[in-house]
Amino acid sequence: MSDKRLLIAKRVAKEFKEGMLVNLGIGIPTMIPAFLPDNMNIWIESENGILGLGPPPEKEQLDPFITDAGAKPVTIVKGGSTFDSNFSFGLIRGGHIDITVLGAFQVDEKGNLANWVVPGGKLAGMGGAMDLVTGAKKVIIATEHCDKEGNAKIKRECDLPLTGAGVVDMVVSELGVFVFTDRGMELSEIAPGVSIEEVVAKTEAKLFIPENVSVMNSF
Amino acid sequence: MARIMSATEAVKLIKDGDTIHVSGFLSVGTPLDLIDALLQQGSKNLTVICNDGGFEKGVGQLIRSGQISKFICSWCGSTPEISDLVAKGLLEHELNPQGTLVERIRAAGYGLGGVLTRTGLNTIIEEGGYGQKVHFNGQDMLYHTPLKANFALTQAFRADTSGNLIYHGTARNFSPAMCMAADIVIASVVNPIEEIGSIKPDEVMIPGGIVDVLVQGVG
Repeated sequence: MSDKRLLIAKRVAKEFKEGMLVNLGIGIPTMIPAFLPDNMNIWIESENGILGLGPPPEKEQLDPFITDAGAKPVTIVKGGSTFDSNFSFGLIRGGHIDITVLGAFQVDEKGNLANWVVPGGKLAGMGGAMDLVTGAKKVIIATEHCDKEGNAKIKRECDLPLTGAGVVDMVVSELGVFVFTDRGMELSEIAPGVSIEEVVAKTEAKLFIPENVSVMNSF
Repeated sequence: MARIMSATEAVKLIKDGDTIHVSGFLSVGTPLDLIDALLQQGSKNLTVICNDGGFEKGVGQLIRSGQISKFICSWCGSTPEISDLVAKGLLEHELNPQGTLVERIRAAGYGLGGVLTRTGLNTIIEEGGYGQKVHFNGQDMLYHTPLKANFALTQAFRADTSGNLIYHGTARNFSPAMCMAADIVIASVVNPIEEIGSIKPDEVMIPGGIVDVLVQGVG
């Protein structure tokens, strides 16, 4: 597991508050719960019908009817609940989810997100992603700053099919934290040891850089 | 009282060209015995509505066998054959955001004229004409038609002979909506079918009055 991804997960964990309802996408987002304070309780929602998603089961706990949104066996935390898909998407679309954390292929300076069509891959479908970015109170994108070929993922304009338009509230990468304000896409925090020049060079989107940018807190 | 039939007998009710709701999320909660019976029967030209194609077991089996002529889902990443079948003109395929899909089914079962949602605005759902853009109450919305079917195939965890159904874990997913949105409901039951009265009224998740056929599942 790369340090980049750990750094991103640790920083996103700072956004979580006691009692929040959150939905976590695959990849970096699933690493976040490990970085929450021991005494903090949050409710992880799984769109296939769980509020209170727990860790993978021990062998003796395994139940083929208790699975996450990737059909992997999971557990349900004490006090958790299960429900049908209408209720699940009522939670999601109805503004009951405080934060959703998702990955991205591309994000742009208007807060548009593209994360459902794999570049060059076969058609997979959006599943619950469009509902999540439309309905969650806060949409955080947790992503490595550039793709495997080194291309910017934070673009002037997404050229892949959109998951949602103007839906992103915050982007956290290994280089910094970006938020959307009336000044546009703004660099709000910078990772330790990273220069503003490096962030700008690796970002295609037009960024607003305030005079003082605080150092990204991920400890 | 629901009629108790074998899987083979139950699927004889299904004719070529019928529209079928199939429950399940990545085949968790999918009645695989009924899918197998449909494969054996060889019904053709089916329209199937299911969240996804499942993996090696699931609705994808009927896609690969060429029995489905139209597939409506939210995710098909585990059934990559779809792209080729669509390109060859052998399959019609429609993607929906998952929350929209399950609400379209519910709308059909609950006597509503369709679904209005902001999910999918400015995406392929709007631009591809899957949802029709309308303006209501000062907001842009996408309108979607209800999704009714001739049959709902569901997998329950427990049932009594009156047809009352109970689900377990994350296997409930699309079933409550689908059972309301079909002319005939066929439920495969994981546990031994129980005597009438053994399920208490408060425990019932789907009332027996809307369930037509029970099939003793193979666990």
